[in-house]
Amino acid sequence: AVLAASAAAAGTVAPDSVPIVDMELSESLTGVQGDPQAGREAFADRKKGNCLACHANADLNDQLFHGEVGPVLDGAADRWSEAQLRAIVVNSKDVFGEQTIMPGFYTLKVGINVDEEFAGKTILSAQEVEDVVAYLMTLKEN
Amino acid sequence: MVGTSASLAGGPVDEKLVIDGEVEIMTRVPAPEGHPFDELISGWHYRTEETRDLEADSFQNPGMLYVERGEEIWNTVDGAAGKSCASCHEDSEEFLKGLGASYPKWNEDAGKPFNIELQINQCREQNMQAEPYKFDAADQKALTTYIKHQSLGMPMKVDLSEGEMQTWWDKGKELYYTRTGQLNLSCATCHENYNGNYIRADHLSQGNVNGFPTYRLKQADLVSLHNRFRGCIRDTRAAFPAAFSDELMALEVYVTWRGSGLGIETPAVRQ
Ligand code: HEC
Ligand code: HEC
Ligand code: HEC
Repeated sequence: AVLAASAAAAGTVAPDSVPIVDMELSESLTGVQGDPQAGREAFADRKKGNCLACHANADLNDQLFHGEVGPVLDGAADRWSEAQLRAIVVNSKDVFGEQTIMPGFYTLKVGINVDEEFAGKTILSAQEVEDVVAYLMTLKEN
Repeated sequence: MVGTSASLAGGPVDEKLVIDGEVEIMTRVPAPEGHPFDELISGWHYRTEETRDLEADSFQNPGMLYVERGEEIWNTVDGAAGKSCASCHEDSEEFLKGLGASYPKWNEDAGKPFNIELQINQCREQNMQAEPYKFDAADQKALTTYIKHQSLGMPMKVDLSEGEMQTWWDKGKELYYTRTGQLNLSCATCHENYNGNYIRADHLSQGNVNGFPTYRLKQADLVSLHNRFRGCIRDTRAAFPAAFSDELMALEVYVTWRGSGLGIETPAVRQ
């Protein structure tokens, strides 16, 4: 992760500086192709995406306790384009509306009183977003 | 598929909580006017069968040990005045019956709502000349649990007509809907919009307070209400307010109102 982050740093788009237009973000945040295997790990990691807190996903059935707050993600890539998935992960509020429970993973438009440890930081790094999007693109049923 | 489908159950169970086959607890009641829900449901309905059974049997409920300990403290002399709680509140059965179900309560001298913990500390300082308990001291939790347990099964209610209680309710409501932390969630996001759903291994309830202090199996200890509030706020990756701060007292007033009429379960058993 450290390697990916520093390699990408130069061309990385800063949080909130990419406008999500019509629920899409077609441009890569880093210009570096996402790694689906790293994305699968960040997706499951409780300290990173922790996506399983809310989403079931058959591909990760080896992990216990999938949440049911959000839709099952099997076949997500059949329902959404890569540009849409990137927008959803970067800031779901720009896609689903302000009321969604889903956190924005690459935005600084967050709640009040952010704990010192996380202040001014995004939940995922730009490259981790690209990795997670690359992983989501593998979730196809058709 | 076994792994995922097994955990996707959802919804409160349809059963009755009767403690020791004797005391029926009102765990489902109609909501007061102006409440976002039609029906208020105790967190008991969202727990597993084993956890529910533990609470229904007071010999099995590990929280009952703390009730016994609390009774001991009630009768023990402490402080320079040489008094125990029982020295002043002599007929404790009569005095305590229903008392815990009517807190938080307006305290005119302090100019703010008091919960049981604050009232205990006031009596310790002013009437016993003893040190106030530090937040979450074992004796504070035990004595609070003992006092609340004397209202077992009685409906939880909060009197908003006293003093400035309504203002504190307003403030608490605002906090309940304010999103905090890097995860950008409010109490309402989880407990109002998604109760009945699993968030990872946790079955989200309405977040009611009628069981506090609760015995948490995960921690193998009693958990006070302000500790729970702080844990929920911390889970949004936000800094949390001090115990008994104005913020958490306002939240306690408002969230207690949200559970109006639910029977006191203290000490409830939770996962
Ligand atoms: C706290 C809950 C929560 C977390 C954590 C969460 N999501 Fe979501 N997600 C939702 C909800 C709820 C929706 C449905 C939209 C809505 O109702 O707001 C959703 C929708 C989605 C969708 C669209 C699904 C579809 O098929 O319609 C995708 C893709 C998605 N999330 C991916 C992710 C990824 C990837 C992560 C982790 C990096 C994640 N989510 C973390 C709650 C969450
Ligand atoms: C020396 C006498 C004295 C002692 C000892 C004493 N109290 Fe009190 N207590 C009072 C008085 C007087 C009041 C009413 C005014 C006030 O709040 O101080 C009161 C009020 C209370 C109330 C509020 C009753 C209500 O109507 O809401 C509670 C609860 C209480 N005491 C619990 C305790 C506990 C627990 C202890 C021991 C830790 C204790 N008291 C020790 C004198 C005492
Ligand atoms: C990220 C989701 C989330 C948020 C935000 C959240 N909680 Fe919780 N809360 C939980 C979970 C999970 C539990 C444990 C399962 C349950 O009882 O609902 C819980 C439990 C509780 C309980 C104990 C319920 C019982 O029956 O023992 C109370 C009270 C509570 N929360 C109040 C609050 C308040 C007040 C806020 C806002 C300050 C809040 N919660 C914010 C997830 C959340």
